[in-house]
Amino acid sequence: MNTQKQFKKQSAEKAHDQQHLLKIRKAIRTYDEKVAEMKQAQFIDWPAARKQAGQIKQYVLENWADLLEQFESNMKENGAEVLWAETAEQARQIFLEIADRHKAKKIVKSKSMTTEEIELNETCEANGIEVWESDLGELIVQLAGEKPYHIVTPAMHKSKAEISKLFHEKLGSVESDSAEELTMIARAHLRQAYVTADIGVSGANFLIADPGLVHITENEGNIRLTTACPPVHVVIAGIEKLLPRLEDLALFLPLLATSGTGQQLTGYNNLIRGPRAAGEADGPRKMYVILLDNGRSQLHADPKLRIALRCIRCGACLNACPVYKTIGGHSYQTTYQGPIGAVLTPQFRGIAEWHHLSDASSLCGACTQVCPVDIPLHELLLENRRQSDEQSNTSLFWKQSLKIWAVIMSDRGKLNAFHRAAANGAEAAALLLPHETGKRIPKLARQTFAQWWEENEQS
Amino acid sequence: MNSKHVSVFIPCLVDQVYPEMGIAMIKLLRSFGYEIFYHKEQTCCGQPAFNAGQRKEAIKVAGHFVEVFAEDGLIVSPSGSCTAMVRKYFPNLFEGHHACETAAALGGRVLEFSEFIQQEDLLNKISGKWKGRIGFHNSCHSYRELDIDDFPLRILKRIDGVEPVRPPGEPVCCGFGGLFSFKFPAVSATMARSRLEQFFELGLKTIVSNDPGCIMHLRQEAKDKNMNMDILHLVEFLERTTKTI
Ligand code: SF4
Repeated sequence: MNTQKQFKKQSAEKAHDQQHLLKIRKAIRTYDEKVAEMKQAQFIDWPAARKQAGQIKQYVLENWADLLEQFESNMKENGAEVLWAETAEQARQIFLEIADRHKAKKIVKSKSMTTEEIELNETCEANGIEVWESDLGELIVQLAGEKPYHIVTPAMHKSKAEISKLFHEKLGSVESDSAEELTMIARAHLRQAYVTADIGVSGANFLIADPGLVHITENEGNIRLTTACPPVHVVIAGIEKLLPRLEDLALFLPLLATSGTGQQLTGYNNLIRGPRAAGEADGPRKMYVILLDNGRSQLHADPKLRIALRCIRCGACLNACPVYKTIGGHSYQTTYQGPIGAVLTPQFRGIAEWHHLSDASSLCGACTQVCPVDIPLHELLLENRRQSDEQSNTSLFWKQSLKIWAVIMSDRGKLNAFHRAAANGAEAAALLLPHETGKRIPKLARQTFAQWWEENEQS
Repeated sequence: MNSKHVSVFIPCLVDQVYPEMGIAMIKLLRSFGYEIFYHKEQTCCGQPAFNAGQRKEAIKVAGHFVEVFAEDGLIVSPSGSCTAMVRKYFPNLFEGHHACETAAALGGRVLEFSEFIQQEDLLNKISGKWKGRIGFHNSCHSYRELDIDDFPLRILKRIDGVEPVRPPGEPVCCGFGGLFSFKFPAVSATMARSRLEQFFELGLKTIVSNDPGCIMHLRQEAKDKNMNMDILHLVEFLERTTKTI
């Protein structure tokens, strides 16, 4: 089955899955309440804050090459090695070379969508390298043999009871309904990983050009351990993650925490400048930063869609999206779900195969409204649709239907004739179609407004 | 007579499916003292093709719209969504096209019904009687693209005895989205049901909206799920309740 058919099938199944709906809506309602409270408490003028954040990210996009070079040279000066990967395949190769160099058999990972994007886990496993996920949500989906459901909360779709059962089966723990106890079970399980892993792998929330820092945010403390305990630290980050200056965090940290999880600030914020320096007692001896392009430069070259590279992966647009809330994260079958995923995936992986994600939106604009870096997401979905049609991906049925529609709708005489012909036809068509589609066909009025006007108002 | 003139844009859905909404709007506008100008040639704003990404087809229909309305002053429409299409998206659609300027200029003159009431300061011309709580469904396009917030509620409050209610988290999409509802019918239907349940849970069985698209979609779903709800266009509700017409 191709991706489009699969998506149609899965999304329809999820739309009928009442239990799933209730679970996700409940999780997102809690999130909504926290976000609303935090916006109030923390920002005098939220619209101004997001506008400013959008401008800073836009500045990055307009000065991209310079800032990337600045980041690279500053990180090198701090002792880190900076490596460039044009494609996911290159990133995997680079990583495997590093692993080989350090004879790595076991890695511990913190949450990172970029490593999902390059399918690092699968690569490692195929090459005999054991992968330990240290983020609670990631660990849960890893143990369940699933993919992340959400870019910020990977296990949003799992209830406490499901997690307890999973831990019991996979880790041999005693069942529990306390979130704290479940966290402790995961912690105990992971403790060994930090001290025995050969490499710690992380993503990055922000790459700060001046003075050359990798920023990673978290709530569990696992990133601190992942990036500090093993002898080697590898950062894998998209090249759009830049921020010009350290000061910019003053805006971006509260902005990300508010939009991402409804927090004032996340529990831990790590700023990493490089590997262990001379005279320092601890920290990894080697640090690598792999900068991933994988379609980003190409997107940057598109003047209309470039703005999507502002994204800081806060997840707010997913939570706001009524389609996401109905079909859930797994239906997308992509690394990035929800509105931002529907914008990026067709661009990164090919419009012909993925344009259905841009089609699967009512264009309500809720995503655009919440985005903290002011990305007009629903307008970008429209741009994707335009490009898709331009590249002849529109199905013959819709192409022809709208062609006929356009002929009728640009000529009142034809529209009148259509109404006369279709008044009964529409009802017949509605009966012929499957109920779910048939019920959408409206019953035409006996008399159009135009006819009414003609009869009653024409004098 | 020196009464004011106003042109009306009757969207295709109203023309073909819900002419009563157009008729109600005209009656109201007349009761406010306006003389109505209706172009018999008018059809549609072109939104279905535009939203489908089919720009050629969209331009063909929208181009017809521009030709028909180019010379008019204020144009009133009972649809937030179609108004948003003209005001917000015509400049994009007609980019580089010879009619671009004319098309873009129309955006400032096409007004959704409640916008017209607000701009022309007609609120105090509305009065009437009803009894009960009413759910208001603001369309996503009217809220997010036209910045229509609580003005329709102020219109509703002019009717004695009406207690308008907006469920929390407004606006919430009804799931219509034009062709989206045909391409992803199950998803679209669940979105509509969720929206209806939101009102239902608050005990609201009369729902008023300013968008024929949302109204059609919600009515279809309510009927399909045997939910006994009365879903009306703002102009229909006013027609039923005002004393002035
Ligand atoms: S597009 Fe905006 S709202 Fe969505 S994840 Fe990115 S930053 Fe957050």
